[in-house]
Amino acid sequence: MSESPEPLLSVQGLEKHFPITKGLIKRQVAAVKAVDGLSFDVVKGETLGLVGESGCGKTTTGRLITRLLEPTGGKIVFEGRDISHMSQSALRPLRRDMQMIFQDPYSSLNPRHTVGAIVGAPFRIQGVRTEHGTKKAVQDILELVGLNPEHYNRYPHEFSGGQRQRIGIARTLALKPKLIIADEPVSALDVSIQAQVVNLLEDLQNELDLTYVVIAHDLSVVRHISDRVAVMYLGKIVEIADRKDLYESPMHPYTTALLSAVPVPDVKRRSERERIRLQGDVPSPINPPAACRFHTRCWKAQEICRTVEPPLAQLDVRHQVACHFPENVPSDAVPEDAGTPVPG
Amino acid sequence: MSFLELKDLRVHFPTDDGLVRSVDGLSFRLERGKTLGIVGESGSGKSVTSLAVLGLHKGTRAKISGEIWLDGEELVSASAEHVRTLRGKKMAMIFQDPLSAMHPYYSVGAQIIEAYRIHNDVSKAVARKHAIDLLGRVGIPQPDRRVDSYPHEFSGGMRQRAMIAMALSCDPELLIADEPTTALDVTVQAQILDLMRDLQQEFDSALIIITHDLGVVAELSDDILVMYGGKCIEYGSAEDIFERPEHPYTWGLLGSMPRLDRERTERLMPIKGTPPSLINVPTGCAFHPRCAFEPRTEGKGRTVVPELLETEGGHLVRCHLSLEERRATWENEIKPKLESA
Amino acid sequence: MVTYIIRRLIWGVFMLAIVSVITFAIFFLVPRLTGATSESLASRYVGRTASAQQVKVAAEKLGFNDPLIVQYGRFAKGIVTGADYDYGPGVERCPAPCFGYSFLTRLPVWPDLLNRLPVTLSLALGAAVLWLIAGVATGVLSALKRGSVFDRAAMGIALAGVSLPIFFTGIVSLVLFSYGRPLAITAPGGSFTPFFDNPAQWAYNLILPWITLAFLYAAGYARLTRSGMLETMNEDYIRTARAKGLAERVVVFKHGLRGALTPILTIFGLDLGLLMGGAVLTESTFSLPGIGKYAIDAITNQDLPKVMGVTLVAAFFVVVANLVVDLLYAVVDPRVRLA
Repeated sequence: MSESPEPLLSVQGLEKHFPITKGLIKRQVAAVKAVDGLSFDVVKGETLGLVGESGCGKTTTGRLITRLLEPTGGKIVFEGRDISHMSQSALRPLRRDMQMIFQDPYSSLNPRHTVGAIVGAPFRIQGVRTEHGTKKAVQDILELVGLNPEHYNRYPHEFSGGQRQRIGIARTLALKPKLIIADEPVSALDVSIQAQVVNLLEDLQNELDLTYVVIAHDLSVVRHISDRVAVMYLGKIVEIADRKDLYESPMHPYTTALLSAVPVPDVKRRSERERIRLQGDVPSPINPPAACRFHTRCWKAQEICRTVEPPLAQLDVRHQVACHFPENVPSDAVPEDAGTPVPG
Repeated sequence: MSFLELKDLRVHFPTDDGLVRSVDGLSFRLERGKTLGIVGESGSGKSVTSLAVLGLHKGTRAKISGEIWLDGEELVSASAEHVRTLRGKKMAMIFQDPLSAMHPYYSVGAQIIEAYRIHNDVSKAVARKHAIDLLGRVGIPQPDRRVDSYPHEFSGGMRQRAMIAMALSCDPELLIADEPTTALDVTVQAQILDLMRDLQQEFDSALIIITHDLGVVAELSDDILVMYGGKCIEYGSAEDIFERPEHPYTWGLLGSMPRLDRERTERLMPIKGTPPSLINVPTGCAFHPRCAFEPRTEGKGRTVVPELLETEGGHLVRCHLSLEERRATWENEIKPKLESA
Repeated sequence: MVTYIIRRLIWGVFMLAIVSVITFAIFFLVPRLTGATSESLASRYVGRTASAQQVKVAAEKLGFNDPLIVQYGRFAKGIVTGADYDYGPGVERCPAPCFGYSFLTRLPVWPDLLNRLPVTLSLALGAAVLWLIAGVATGVLSALKRGSVFDRAAMGIALAGVSLPIFFTGIVSLVLFSYGRPLAITAPGGSFTPFFDNPAQWAYNLILPWITLAFLYAAGYARLTRSGMLETMNEDYIRTARAKGLAERVVVFKHGLRGALTPILTIFGLDLGLLMGGAVLTESTFSLPGIGKYAIDAITNQDLPKVMGVTLVAAFFVVVANLVVDLLYAVVDPRVRLA
């Protein structure tokens, strides 16, 4: 993969704070810092995986990129245009190029519409005319995602979970988008069906030259599907790297812990595996720990981790990490700066 | 006799659309101190089995036949009232989603105290001390304060710990965990799996863990039972299932999951089609419409239900392919693909 | 929690203020918009026999020529401190809280309402206890024995209960049980004994209105409870309760019913609040001298201040009932306490 000068999607310092109000006059007392300063680029044709545990802000990030939410700070640049604060009407033509796949194939399809109506809706909404009519176009897409085109007039409840997820995918593909944000696209599906959908997403990417941002909590699925992976913790990216680097030589202790926590179906080596067990749960994003947000659960934490926030620094080729004591660092790497102290 | 033994258990539900055979002839044994993993997809009958062992289908429309022997007592024919006295005391259950499985209106402590006092004639104060003690043992910090918290004030992992504390309140000898970590984050899942492993050793109870996640099963189980369409299709030691699997469905499950401990494969090898509807279970082998090897059975797969036969050392498989064929297919066709980069 | 209570209280007071504005607008602003003059408004106070000159004087003295906002101020002040009405023949004192002054009977409205309140309260509370017990019990049983003969019969009767108007069921029951066809075992209506004078007589006089009114409401509660129970009994926490080894009775009442209680509580508060402002149909069917009957009589006589007084009191009860329900929510559901 070559470095493209112009990324398809560029996110710079993205923030989304939800206010929390309290008392009689609903004074704002705090904010849920769901997303707190994200920066990353997505190049055409690649797949970026966003992983993290609940509350890390990965879903909010997806909704910000597709502008289902408006950011409270930072910039989202799509194909060179700043869409961070664009009005919904200005966004409408852009929605053709940017689509979202949702987690739950049961609640995300309108049960009263036929498959034809669901998949054909984007044509009507965007006022697109196709050569042989909408029906033909929809049937072509149904075939593309592995559904029977004759099922055009059926309703969602007549399909299984995996088939519904295919319908959801077909809908996003209708207008040949450039970027697809997939939020937990397989986690609601049975194991054998998950693999079908993962393979389908890969085939479609090759065939239609799609760019994906895949949001998931399952590290194995993310490894399988992504070219680059960003690990999120409490609204921040703690590490971002090419797939192979991230999984084989993770630098951030959190990444290491996540990888070590994944149960592996290997009974021979289950006693030999080195395990890192994090204590406790992810802290609340309402008052996240100061400085390095991971310091409350990190076994390597020192005084500096509680006082100075580590910047996301480039420590290797295409490998950025936000940690004072990174692991697996190549010997010639020099951190750019030591970070800024956090008041208090 | 084994501590727990199921003989030809069948759980059928009459519905307007026909008879749903959720569990259709299931047999297995489990000893104290051992862990059995039951693996299957949605509708395989794994959860219905666990509810049947607990006697929770009694008084519903479900038709149950077969035998469930727990420590020398037969439970299918036993009275509902008698099984109720065993529930929570001799056998207990941990459920999937601790947020919906705990009553939102009662404090965590009240729910544990209630569970303890059903089977132990003690004062509220004594039961409360016991509840605090249990919460501490499952790793909840400041248990004397948290005992009065409500479920919604706990995090997901804490709730599952509280759920485990509740299940353990009467020192059950059989513990059934139905998808105990599915709703949890991966780092918390690891903590809970560790906790369950430690507690089982401490209490020397028999543990059944029901899940769709082969990784979770591999972490805990001594033996593994793979269910499909209400039947056991493969049973064996954890090593049998992961190192020498013989059923095409088990191969399919292994090929469907991306694995972190191996080189990344280019393609996953999914099973075609979808899990069967239990109203219209396919004739013959229930798996035959999805089986890549069905043509090799010369039509038997479509017409004859294969028997569950032992291949070696307690390894049972329900398949029409011959033992030699299965072993050769695994060694030459499947295993290389799973391990290839 | 304290913040929650205070916020609900402030909200309640605010609602009452809004209610007074709307009531005032209905009685004084809307007639103006439809063409009424100060004189035509005043004529309702002095009666039809008054001369044009008398009406004109009354209009001036009652302040109908002032701007509406001033009139509302006077009206609101009356509620708090009382008011003096000088409409010609002499000054009439209406002590606080002044909910109006009837110029037909030459009496303030509030003492009248106070006199009638015990009747309405007795009727509403007694019936509420009956319908709550009967409705919830029927609903629970129906849900547990879903599809059984009992369930179908109960839901059939419930449907009849919701559909039949009170003046039908009331009169039928009066004929059957009071006028001796076939039984004459209850009071024929029209009489009320205060509870503290003679509790037995109090109950004897009210038993038929209670049952009739409760039948209407119990039907709705049975249906509501049934659907609520069917939903909660499918919850995961019910399965957990059973898995602990709890007796089915405890599972149903302690875990199931408590979970299904919230919507019932909401409706109960609203219904009770509405009834306390006058069970109009029941009171007139059984000729009970309660607030509802008072309202009907006032409307028939076009005695506007009385109608307005009843409206205000009824609205007050609804607002208070809602407030109580909101506070009870926090008791029933600990998740509300966070708010």
